[in-house]
Amino acid sequence: MTDQLAALIVVIPLVGAPLCMLVRYRDWSWAVATVCTWGSFACSWAVLQQVIAGGPISYHMGGWAPPIGIEYRVDLANAFVLLIVTGIGSVMMPYARESIRAEFGTSRVYFFYTSYLLCYCGLLGVTITGDAFNLFVFLEINSLATYVLVAMGKDRRALTAAYQYLVLGTIGATFIVIGIGLLYAQTGTLNLYDLATRIEDLGPNRTIGAAFGFLIVGISLKLALFPLHLWLPNAYTYSPSMVSAFLAATATKVAVYVLLRFLFSVFNYELTFDALPLDIILAGLALMAMFAASTVAIFQTNMKRMLAYSSVAQIGYIVLGISFASAAGVTAGILHLFNHALIKGGMFLALGCIFYRLATVNIDKLDGIGKRMPFSTAAFVIGGLGLIGVPLTAGFITKWYLVIAAIERGWWPLGLLVLLSSLLAVIYVWRFVETAYLKPVPEDAEPVEEAPGSLLFPTWILIIASIYFGINTDLPVGVSIEAAKQLTGAGG
Amino acid sequence: MIFDYYNYWIVIFLMMAGFYIVIAHDNLIKKIIGLNIFQAAVFVMYISFGKVSGGTAPIIADGLTVYSNPLPHVLILTAIVVGVATTALGLALVVRINEAYGTIEDDEIHEAEEQEP
Repeated sequence: MTDQLAALIVVIPLVGAPLCMLVRYRDWSWAVATVCTWGSFACSWAVLQQVIAGGPISYHMGGWAPPIGIEYRVDLANAFVLLIVTGIGSVMMPYARESIRAEFGTSRVYFFYTSYLLCYCGLLGVTITGDAFNLFVFLEINSLATYVLVAMGKDRRALTAAYQYLVLGTIGATFIVIGIGLLYAQTGTLNLYDLATRIEDLGPNRTIGAAFGFLIVGISLKLALFPLHLWLPNAYTYSPSMVSAFLAATATKVAVYVLLRFLFSVFNYELTFDALPLDIILAGLALMAMFAASTVAIFQTNMKRMLAYSSVAQIGYIVLGISFASAAGVTAGILHLFNHALIKGGMFLALGCIFYRLATVNIDKLDGIGKRMPFSTAAFVIGGLGLIGVPLTAGFITKWYLVIAAIERGWWPLGLLVLLSSLLAVIYVWRFVETAYLKPVPEDAEPVEEAPGSLLFPTWILIIASIYFGINTDLPVGVSIEAAKQLTGAGG
Repeated sequence: MIFDYYNYWIVIFLMMAGFYIVIAHDNLIKKIIGLNIFQAAVFVMYISFGKVSGGTAPIIADGLTVYSNPLPHVLILTAIVVGVATTALGLALVVRINEAYGTIEDDEIHEAEEQEP
């Protein structure tokens, strides 16, 4: 049984999705989805323990040995990402019930849970698989489900956002297939680990270089690296609150993991950072993301849109860590992947609580919200402190490691820029604080109750986790350092 | 020399044509058609590099030793299914957009959106 756990992580939600469709009745489909997400979470927790104890796990799908068969290969890096995705996906389930009822209606709610499970399953499949084409298939399962989820938003602009995402997402995915095809044409294998050794043997090669380019651009589109982030703000703004929170916390993170896997495991160091000045390119784009997106975030009136731009900026921090191409840099990247998932997930959920009562998250309508909905507002503000990187929050830990990595790489001005860009985060978080606490409640405001417990509880779990992992950093830091060592070990 | 790689030239032409349609056209359905051409180019690329010179269809028979590589063809079957699903979803979204905005022209939708808060 225990040796099947790796497959179960993906199989449980994949089987659960059609079940949700079959049971139809809204609470039952919610129950099926909850059981599946938590089951998958339990499996990935167990798998992480196995990996910590006994090293990487290789699971052969259907008993076919790799490189012919599809291999599921779990090492520390993807076990950790699996834990993040399943953990966040399951914690949000109690939230889904009330929030989706309010924002999507009750009659066809099983469509939501079916798409949600497929999206969840696709993310896990992308993370766990060791086969390049299998990765593409899961990526498309996830993307198609995501387009559906985004289109479920109440506002009609959700439809155009989903359409825009569909066009850009498909172009990105097609670029990835082109890259995989060129790799296959040159090496004759699709297994990621087999690819790595064959690419190493081939040496510098133009086809491999082209494949590399297509893959990096395709993946960057998926992870919304500036300036390929255009699909993100609309998709996060107009999708249901629950969906924005889930996507912000997991979807781009998984794409970052895929980038890490290709940069460090599949392509060797000479090709990635010697033949191409990829470190400079990535660092430049990351810096632009940090400054441009944060600046745009300051001027947004819709708070969800502000968080969406802030996400683009935060992805900049993660990519900046990766661009150092050192164990310390990748540690910072993986660490921020975890911390940002908690922080941004929690903040989007907190906004969802406000949206649940007020049906708007426009800053003009939020005067004095701190007195009207104290718990939701406090959650948002504490999350905001994490975004800024105030000590004792998870965000501080990442910035600390990022600055250290920058100094270690000899790029200390970048460390300064990281701190400077945090000031921009201070501005956009302060705008909310000022509106929420310092402005009086408008006199004509209707009395508003605090959001129900089923919404507040998951929100606070994520927010408290972001504080907890800012103080007790053993788990994320320990795992990130080891995972980064494993990833960068081959190339230095 | 150039014609040795004619299959790749076809692929590049199709790919760029599809890409151009996606970027240049305002009509949402035309964009989806462009996306389809773009994807079809990739299918052709996979299938053409699975061909082995002088090889036959990969079915075991007496007297034949050289076979084309069937794996890219199988991969592309999967990719075609994905492409069909994407097209179907895209068209479904266009139908909903048409119901919500009364148009499927990108610029007109944009105008309508700018008037909303």
